[in-house]
Amino acid sequence: MKIEKEILIKMYSDMVRIRAFEHKARDLFAAQKIPGFVHLYVGEEAIATGVISNLKPEDYIHSHHRGHGHLLVKGGDPNVMMAELFGKTDGYCKGKGGSMHIAAVDLGMLGANGIVGAGLTLAAGVGFALKYLKTDKVCICFFGDGSSNRGTFHEGLNMASTFKLPVVYVCENNQYGISNRQTTAMNITDISDRAGAYGIPGITVDGNDPVAVYEAAYEAIARARRGEGPSLIECKTWRHRGHFEGDPSTYKNPQEQAAWLDKDPIPQFAKKLLDLKYVDQKTLDSIKAKADQDIEAGVAFAEKSPYPEISELTTDVLA
Amino acid sequence: MSQKTYVEALREGMVLEMRKDPKVFLAGEDVGPFGGCFGQTQGMFAEFGPERVVDTPISETAILALGVGAASVGTRPIVELMFIDFLGVAMDELFNQAAKMRYMFGGKVLLPMVVRLPCGAGFSAAAQHSQCMEAWLAHIPGIKVVMPYTPADAKGMMIAAIRDNNPVVYIEHKALYGLVGEVPDGDYVAPIGKANVAREGNDLTLISWGAMVGKCLEAADALVKDKISAEVVDLRTISPLDKETILQSVKKCGRAVIVQEAVRTGGFAGEIAAVLAEEGFDYLNGPILRVTAPDTPVPFSPPLEAAYIPTVDKILAAVKSLY
Repeated sequence: MKIEKEILIKMYSDMVRIRAFEHKARDLFAAQKIPGFVHLYVGEEAIATGVISNLKPEDYIHSHHRGHGHLLVKGGDPNVMMAELFGKTDGYCKGKGGSMHIAAVDLGMLGANGIVGAGLTLAAGVGFALKYLKTDKVCICFFGDGSSNRGTFHEGLNMASTFKLPVVYVCENNQYGISNRQTTAMNITDISDRAGAYGIPGITVDGNDPVAVYEAAYEAIARARRGEGPSLIECKTWRHRGHFEGDPSTYKNPQEQAAWLDKDPIPQFAKKLLDLKYVDQKTLDSIKAKADQDIEAGVAFAEKSPYPEISELTTDVLA
Repeated sequence: MSQKTYVEALREGMVLEMRKDPKVFLAGEDVGPFGGCFGQTQGMFAEFGPERVVDTPISETAILALGVGAASVGTRPIVELMFIDFLGVAMDELFNQAAKMRYMFGGKVLLPMVVRLPCGAGFSAAAQHSQCMEAWLAHIPGIKVVMPYTPADAKGMMIAAIRDNNPVVYIEHKALYGLVGEVPDGDYVAPIGKANVAREGNDLTLISWGAMVGKCLEAADALVKDKISAEVVDLRTISPLDKETILQSVKKCGRAVIVQEAVRTGGFAGEIAAVLAEEGFDYLNGPILRVTAPDTPVPFSPPLEAAYIPTVDKILAAVKSLY
């Protein structure tokens, strides 16, 4: 399929923006400006970008603990996101969720989630409502290789396929559940093989190639909008960082890490755009500069934002 | 007013709201043409069809999550687990997702959903189909928990639960399904968070909820011949707890016995006792007593089960020990 030049450039900009946000979050965590647990999406940017670039603003996504990238592509404002990571009152969740629970329901981002695999069934519930309300909206569920071993994977995909719900399940297979390699946790190579158990399409794509991800998601989303039910897309990738910031990643093989860094999705995509003559180096540089500038502005905004009043402790428990 | 059974009344609550609000639907195992294991949903499939009365796979985790996910984007689901005992299978969806989502998102999401959970012993259904687990649920901020006793409340609290913008756990005791009572016709709401003085008295307060309210009312009748005037408070709502009504009653009567069907340790009776000790100590003329099941699983064999469930005689014995 032919993807328009403007879309491709926007996708590249989104990936660069995620990278800039995540690198800044890494530095701020190290400087103890960001409390709690932080899980970075560095290296996996092509997946959020390739999938969400197909969505309309009114579509929904369910994310997981590594969710900054998903929200940024869904329209998240880096200022408001950074304020949330700081635990400040101007954050998306008024500082009550943090990195692990960041959400922007108005943007269709129904939350990162601290429970691995929780989104798999929640997304089916969202899909049920979208069908019940006779919309043509879809819900994307991002999850990892590790959560595909949870019971929610089975219950969510079984229900979504049985009821033909407009959900697209996107497995971000970064090959590790914290320290455990995929091979130690399942007896198959391709998680997309599991689609067969639910009578739905399953496909494995290069998760470091945003165009491959875009094309797979395009098909799956169209199928969901037609009322034909869910699909499973497995995107093979690699996280450049540890599971969480502070994880020394001693379980990774250094040669393998180096080989995957050579397959970094951002320089690969830059080369593709240059080869197509869609951009020149100057454009790429200005995209990077703009991303850095936006994220810096986000940090300034977060620094300036006040912490929540202590009275906020007991609000928002019930409506 | 009409005479209705508890199960008819709770069904009427669902049916009236479904007729009124197209965003309300019901999902659970065997709630469709089969009509529910205890007939709770009889006739609903015929009236509303498969889109709104949804038979699900045996997937309690996904059933609860169906409610949470669907509520988060603008519908008002009622989801049913066939027995409260199955909640363990779906607990994350209730306590980490439904209960916390609004808070974690800074108040920027509404989760208007009802979780129906049939509970209780008395049928030789044994250890995995007979429990009362309201204390687990009382320990979760972010949800409301109701446990109606009368058929009128079964209807009125169902309607209130469906209209509530929070996750409401609606616990229905299986032994109450056949209970007959006067039920207001048409639109009728019984408030969540307000206890009911089921019988007025002056000497002693019996505090209970769910099926045990009936035992307390029987005990209060029996105490008349001993010249003890017992007041019976039906909590109706476990969470949020109506402290004011129980404290007012104990202030008037000076003695309190709390009756729960659930096992003793960590039960909700302990929470009530703590409230009375902290906020009503000066009103008390004697110890706060609890009548509960023992700390055992629910037994199968009929005489063992009968010994497990608190009886009127056990309530009377507790009361008399205060005099």
